Amino acid sequence: MTTEQILPASPIESVLSLRNLRVSYGEREILHGISFDVARGETLVILGGSGSGKSTLLRTLVGLEQPSAGEIWIKGRNIATTSAAEMDEIRKKIGMSFQGGALFGSMTVGENVALPLREHTHLADSTIEVILRLKLEQVGLEGFEYYTPSQLSGGMKKRAAVARALAMDPEILFFDEPSAGLDPIIAAGIDELILELKRAFHMTIIVVTHELASAFLIADRMLLIDKGNIVALGTTEEMRSSTQPRVRQFLDRIAEPEVSGELDYLQMLTADRPDAHNARGKRG
Amino acid sequence: MEFVSQLGSTTLDGLSYLGSLAALGARAAYYTLVAPFRGKPLRLQRAVSQAMETGVRALPILSLITFFIGLILALQAAYELRRFGAISAVATAVAVTMSRELGPLVTAIVVIGRSGSAFAAELGTMKVSEEIDALETMAISPIRFLVAPKFLAMMAMLPCLTIWANVMGILGGSLFGVAQADFTLVRYIQASIDSLLLRDITTGLVKSVMFGITITAVGCLEGLSTGAGAEQVGRSTTQAVVKSIFLVVVVDLFFTVLFFFAGN
Repeated sequence: MTTEQILPASPIESVLSLRNLRVSYGEREILHGISFDVARGETLVILGGSGSGKSTLLRTLVGLEQPSAGEIWIKGRNIATTSAAEMDEIRKKIGMSFQGGALFGSMTVGENVALPLREHTHLADSTIEVILRLKLEQVGLEGFEYYTPSQLSGGMKKRAAVARALAMDPEILFFDEPSAGLDPIIAAGIDELILELKRAFHMTIIVVTHELASAFLIADRMLLIDKGNIVALGTTEEMRSSTQPRVRQFLDRIAEPEVSGELDYLQMLTADRPDAHNARGKRG
Repeated sequence: MEFVSQLGSTTLDGLSYLGSLAALGARAAYYTLVAPFRGKPLRLQRAVSQAMETGVRALPILSLITFFIGLILALQAAYELRRFGAISAVATAVAVTMSRELGPLVTAIVVIGRSGSAFAAELGTMKVSEEIDALETMAISPIRFLVAPKFLAMMAMLPCLTIWANVMGILGGSLFGVAQADFTLVRYIQASIDSLLLRDITTGLVKSVMFGITITAVGCLEGLSTGAGAEQVGRSTTQAVVKSIFLVVVVDLFFTVLFFFAGN
């Protein structure tokens, strides 16, 4: 157990712990040994470019991909080796908001949100109705339960998806690209919603994104992942002031896509960024 | 040598596909027959609406097609039979051929076109838009939630549709019988019923249940294994139709051989 000596938090204190997680698709290894801990009530933002492995990491954390090696501890259970029945029990304690919402098109918004309650609890219809109203109110969608997903805008779909993820009162909430495909104002609204959940319910939240502005707003800690390895893990301040070339490259590339002045231009030319060219090519 | 290794790998692919179909069928059977007694209720309402869609809504087109097929059969049989002066045997020829073979087969092909493709498209779209993943993260089995009701609906509806198809085929044949072979409608139908043995109908129905299982398994498996992107949904739908038609014919052959040597 040498990894536990390296990492400060033990699996018991943290809500989610990864130890040397490896994930492969066939012969190709996507994640090459990822280890970190997430404390209760913390918001961790996982950053990374396209193809960095951040989506695979998220899918593995919610049990959609099977790790090839390593451990994932959620609520004292290692989901890498747990049985299907135990995995289902863990899944009832986590909520996941998918990139496009992933609402069921054949059901109304209300039926979507009520689905986990109807499937996993023996609550009376009237109780489910109350919970449903409450969850929709939390995400600012009161009165929309009889709409079908196709009648909602992109931002509203994401809110409805969050309401569905919240239905079972999860301990950990996962977000996949919450602001992807939304205009800045709607995206800011989603950020605000995440902050609200954090403040009001002290929920543990894990967000995968490449939107830096949103990441810095909602994160307690950030994790930068590149080519299946952790590049940096730290608080927002630590990330901002990091001098690590890969971190700077990632943060600068997206936060300041255009050269604004002569000095910046000179800095860009002289900055020590050996991989800048490669990475830029990879993004497209 | 190249050819042999190609043949080997194709055979292995085919066998592993059949294995996947069987695995999906077995899991759906578990959720349909076993799980309801272990506190995981079946989505009966969904199965009923699925049955409406695959069964009842298929009736108009199926009726029309099998009526025409019955008529065609009568014409083709009469072409040969009248040379022997046995044109009155048309009723027997149509009734037996429809019940034993063409009723189940044509029904299956109509259902593949309407429902097998729809299953693949529906599940494929759900896969692409992460709805299948969403079900899994909510600890809801997509097999129980989506696939099992389809199996139940198809296994119930295909035999019903097949019986309907047989009747429509016989009626189609009667049009020729009445117009060209000196039958009255009542006598034609009486002759058809007299010529049929119970096993002619039951073997057809056994086949139709197997066709239902095959079509659902292929449609759902193709849908669930859809890759990323909208064009993949189209590919899955096409694959579902092509593979279903092929496998239905293979299943048909298997059972026909079985019944033949079992004396049925």
